[in-house]
Amino acid sequence: MTETPKPADQPPAEPAKPNEPAIDRAEKTIETPPVPGAENLPAQPGTTPEPVQRGERTGMFGAHDTGDTTGYGGLRSPILYPGAAVRPYGGDFDAIADALEAATDQGQIARTVIDRGEITFVIPREHLPAVVRALRDDPALRFELCLSVSGVHFPSDIGNELHVVYHLMSITNGHRRIRLEVTAPDADPHIPSVVGTYPAADWHERETWDMFGVVFDGHPALTRILMPDDWPGHPQRKDYPLGGIPVEYKGGTVPPPDQRRSYS
Amino acid sequence: MTTPHSASGSTVYTAADPDEVRHIDDLDEQADLYAAPGEPSEGRVFNAVGGDWNDIVGEVGSRPEERIVVNMGPQHPSTHGVLRLILEIEGETVTEARAGIGYLHTGIEKNMEFRTWTQGVTFCTRMDYLMPIFTETAYCLAVEKLLGITDQIPARASAIRVLMMELNRIGSHLVCLGTGGMELGATTVMTIGFRERERILNIFEMVSGLRMNNAYVRPGGVAQDLPAGAIQAVRDIIPELRQGIRELELLMLENPILKGRLVGIGYLDLTGCMALGITGPMLRSAGYPLDLRKATPYCGYEKYEFDVPTRTGADAYDRLWLRVKEMWESLKIVEQVVAELQDNPGPVMVEDKKIAWPAQLSVGPDGMGNSPAHIAEIMGTSMESLIHHFKLVTEGFRVPPGQAYAAVESPKGELGCHAVSDGGTRPYRAHFREPSFNNLQAVAALCEGAQLADVIVAVASIDPVMGGVDR
Repeated sequence: MTETPKPADQPPAEPAKPNEPAIDRAEKTIETPPVPGAENLPAQPGTTPEPVQRGERTGMFGAHDTGDTTGYGGLRSPILYPGAAVRPYGGDFDAIADALEAATDQGQIARTVIDRGEITFVIPREHLPAVVRALRDDPALRFELCLSVSGVHFPSDIGNELHVVYHLMSITNGHRRIRLEVTAPDADPHIPSVVGTYPAADWHERETWDMFGVVFDGHPALTRILMPDDWPGHPQRKDYPLGGIPVEYKGGTVPPPDQRRSYS
Repeated sequence: MTTPHSASGSTVYTAADPDEVRHIDDLDEQADLYAAPGEPSEGRVFNAVGGDWNDIVGEVGSRPEERIVVNMGPQHPSTHGVLRLILEIEGETVTEARAGIGYLHTGIEKNMEFRTWTQGVTFCTRMDYLMPIFTETAYCLAVEKLLGITDQIPARASAIRVLMMELNRIGSHLVCLGTGGMELGATTVMTIGFRERERILNIFEMVSGLRMNNAYVRPGGVAQDLPAGAIQAVRDIIPELRQGIRELELLMLENPILKGRLVGIGYLDLTGCMALGITGPMLRSAGYPLDLRKATPYCGYEKYEFDVPTRTGADAYDRLWLRVKEMWESLKIVEQVVAELQDNPGPVMVEDKKIAWPAQLSVGPDGMGNSPAHIAEIMGTSMESLIHHFKLVTEGFRVPPGQAYAAVESPKGELGCHAVSDGGTRPYRAHFREPSFNNLQAVAALCEGAQLADVIVAVASIDPVMGGVDR
């Protein structure tokens, strides 16, 4: 349950590293003198992405609800998510990041993560409207389509429990795709709405509110969309049970899926 | 309680107390007969049971401040499943239209978080039941991206996926045209559409054991190779499909009645499509040839030759026209894939047995199950195999932490899957960007200002499937 880098939505906390102008970091990587046999040496700090820890896994087999008889119960391994990427990003990503940094103010992009061939910009929530406006309108960016908005609930990411991800595509600039990630704490689940820029986000934000309880400030009609209007709770949150009734078959009883032994 | 009944052309309400029998005109301006005692009145109720419709319309017209809001659905034969359309009408003109959804919400995404990565296929295939193969493929591409095995998927597996997807595309378009025609009152269109789709479902049954909800595409490849005779069966239905689609084309495309109902209806131009995130035939009917099979090829689509037809009318007729043409293009792809599959035998699953296991299946007389050879090995020969089988079935494989988004061009537009893993054996979160869900937002833009009868046409031209919308 530890959190290595600073949460993304505390803007004044970290003005330093991730907001350095793009050129500086690019130069830094070029500057390193070509030492013979450098590939055998450990990577220099700041040249490789450092993973973000969100939670910890114990034991070897993933079962939590039974006594451990394997002898591996003391094993503890961190759950590491990809961390902030380091320049150069490679491929189109440098061009996208340069254009976005040019189109936005300092500090509007908290972190850039590159993982599995996809680029993710982590945006402090108060800057989201300005950033999406720049993403849509800047000629070098032109992300016309906001394809999807959805939430992910990370109870182990203390202070940033609710993540909202936006998938954008630019059809003008060669069908590029990017992802935006915005976080909010459970105690204050407010994120500005992007409906003003992308009307397509309307129902997607309503679904995210319905399923995760994220309040999109400025949404024209933030009501439930999939669940009944008077439904209590937000079903896709991790603290919301799946529910179900035990199944009885030939005298034996199978508990509902969320109460069965799990190996995750 | 009051019970309405009709008498001599005007509506009369009978109350329990005979003294309370009143004519509707005598009622209080705000009378709401259905409100319980003490409940706030929702406004005046116009009862349309019996009597002359013109009287009711006339009565409403005498009060211009009154709005008529009509609920079409959620149980209405022409709203494509349990879609509720909330229409404000003025005479026959729709002044405001909103869609109410959620009646088919089944919590599939939540359920997937409690099953293994492989079992996820069984759940997501039930989302949009008319294009199960596309949902499975989008999910599997996302999981493969998370696993980092995208490059290891055997070419034959990708080709089989393409074959199944293109057949599925034809099937989905046939249902769209068929039900769309039925909603206009043209039952022959429906019978032809479903007759032709049956040929495709027969192929699906032969290949995967199931006509719908196939769970055939699995992370790492497909559940099993094509059975003997499948390629010949596909070859056999191609000319039959050609004939059937041609029949539909002749019946529909130049039909003056159909054109009278469809041309100029449900107009949404390119700007509107961009703003509302619309993809698929709706966007292509506005003139933009966005097709992910061409734009960002996956599953080896770059190998096949096909065209992306477009129109510029941006109306219901052009969408219908495009769907017919897309079926021809899909048939072109099917022919190429069949030739490729004929000549290139090979594995249909990644080599990594940990990921590949649950796909060692075969189709038996009672559907798909473990292959007899596999059962013989784990039960009779190898204890090690049994242990591995047991652990992989009960626990599944682990997927490294992270998130991935994969999109495919479904018959309705971009179908994306956003999968998040926490390093466990189950999806931490799987979200589907359903084209039906997104495109249904266009209802207001398509219907407002049009006739009530055009609402049916406009909604049919979106081709929403509520299983996909509500998930």
